[in-house]
Amino acid sequence: MNAVESHGLTKRFGRQVAVDAVDLAVPQGTVYGFLGPNGSGKTTTIRLLLGLVRPTAGRHALLGAPMPGGAGAVLPRVGTLVEGPGFHPYLSGRDNLRRLDAVDRYADPAGTRRRVDAALARVGLSAAAGKHYRAYSLGMRQRLALAAATLSPRELLILDEPTNGLDPQGTREVRALIAALAREGTTVLLSTHLLSEVEQICSHVGVMHRGRLVAQSSLAQLRASAAPQVRVETDRPTEAARVLRELGLSGVAVQAEAATGGLDGLAPEKVVATLVHDGVPVRGFAVAAPDLEDVFVSLTGEGFDVSG
Amino acid sequence: MSAAEVSAADLAVAARPPRPARAPSTRFLRSELRLIFGRRRNQAGLGVLAAVPLVIAVAVRIANPEPGTGEGPDFFSSITGNGFFVALAALTVSLPLFLPLAVATIAGDSIAGEANAGTLRYLLTVPVHRTRALLVKFAAIVTFAVTATLLVAGVGLLAGLALFGGGPVTLLSGVQVGFGDGLLRLLAVCGYLAIGLCALGALGLFVSTLTEQPIGATIAVVILTVTSFVLDSIPQLSWLHPYLLTHWWMSFGDLLREPVFLPDLRLGLLSAGAYAVVFWTAAWARFAGRDITS
Repeated sequence: MNAVESHGLTKRFGRQVAVDAVDLAVPQGTVYGFLGPNGSGKTTTIRLLLGLVRPTAGRHALLGAPMPGGAGAVLPRVGTLVEGPGFHPYLSGRDNLRRLDAVDRYADPAGTRRRVDAALARVGLSAAAGKHYRAYSLGMRQRLALAAATLSPRELLILDEPTNGLDPQGTREVRALIAALAREGTTVLLSTHLLSEVEQICSHVGVMHRGRLVAQSSLAQLRASAAPQVRVETDRPTEAARVLRELGLSGVAVQAEAATGGLDGLAPEKVVATLVHDGVPVRGFAVAAPDLEDVFVSLTGEGFDVSG
Repeated sequence: MSAAEVSAADLAVAARPPRPARAPSTRFLRSELRLIFGRRRNQAGLGVLAAVPLVIAVAVRIANPEPGTGEGPDFFSSITGNGFFVALAALTVSLPLFLPLAVATIAGDSIAGEANAGTLRYLLTVPVHRTRALLVKFAAIVTFAVTATLLVAGVGLLAGLALFGGGPVTLLSGVQVGFGDGLLRLLAVCGYLAIGLCALGALGLFVSTLTEQPIGATIAVVILTVTSFVLDSIPQLSWLHPYLLTHWWMSFGDLLREPVFLPDLRLGLLSAGAYAVVFWTAAWARFAGRDITS
């Protein structure tokens, strides 16, 4: 079963299409990186998933329950962080969590203290729990939001840019926390614009670009799908390129002292043998898998800049 | 199946049985009231409301050192004879601005304040059903309106009794009743005024669902209240008067006649009830399906 599933999920604001026919599938027990540049529709998609915004078209389900009808029963099992932290400025961190606990119809009032203390300890905020929220630094606010997201036992966490505003140490801690929660069986949908974050903690990835989900698979599959590249270093690159083309390599390109091409399942030793046989002087030969960044640039046609 | 074949996912699910929904409780409402009454700004507002009867009592005491010599209109003239009337004078003075302003502040804050602080999206994903949120928010406004009215009357009563003493109460129709009967009538006055203020609170709740700026919502409600008072004072618009939100508020004096003069009070309650139902429903219609982008 998929923990998050959507079909043709679409949201228009006036003329602008913010989310365009998105078919998400987040398998249970995975850490799913929801990757895309700023403004690509990630946050609106998350608001749609949580029922904060009504879709223009399409449908979706969380933990198998159709939304928004099933919200009352399913959202207590979902922890959320949407577009940054939001708390009452004149309440302490602890009182803000108590407030969220008080409005939860599924929370046992007898366990409030234990839950709040555990959540604060989990994010390292115990010492600052009594301070007013408005005195918190951005990093502390982000931690409090994570404490709120994990206040009760959750089966699914939907976290929008959870490491935003954290220093490197805080970023490491939050990633370790997410990894630990995932090990316990919690499914995590994590939006981010940082490729490195996806590579470090995600097992699956979906790529948003201008409101569309342009790719979705496990990270391993995505890596495998990218054809390894060969690079032949030679003083006769044109001739080398001709041989590569004859062998059937894809996307053959000529550089100053080298020729490159996609291997497409061909054995690299055969390429070397043919080059030598045809009298092309081979000074160097390398096979390299493209890194994920190249894959994403090829998917989105651009780097990770802001979508217009 | 051996124990080793139980997958990690099975264990995770087994360890977390779905939590049962609990019986309806007052936790949400109590949390709302803590937010409202715990906030410094609101405490200061209640302090101002409590100061009104104190100022009246002290000012009258200084102006009329000898009890029983007061002359003048309304309740002020009766104060020196019976401290009971400080409470009524304070309610009369607070009714055009202080009490509506206090209720407008709380009501304007109710939804717009949460949207402005960014807490609305987290409240709704806890989840709190939107209808439940509006019901509890309105219940908190009602509680505040009742508290504010009782505060003005209560402080007035205590200050009046301390400075002028009590005794039998002479009603507007000239009949004298016992002090206990007078207290019951004062309580009824507070209830009547609080109901009028709750209607204003429903209007404020509706305005609060239209914006993310709590101050803007409060100002809008105060402007509507003042406009209602202004229109009510223009005789040429007498056809409009019965429909104005504030028109019936001053009829609370009818509770101080013997026998109680009911027709206007009935219309006042009907008007307040209609305003409350219409604007709470409007708030619901606006809020229930709204996209929360704050």
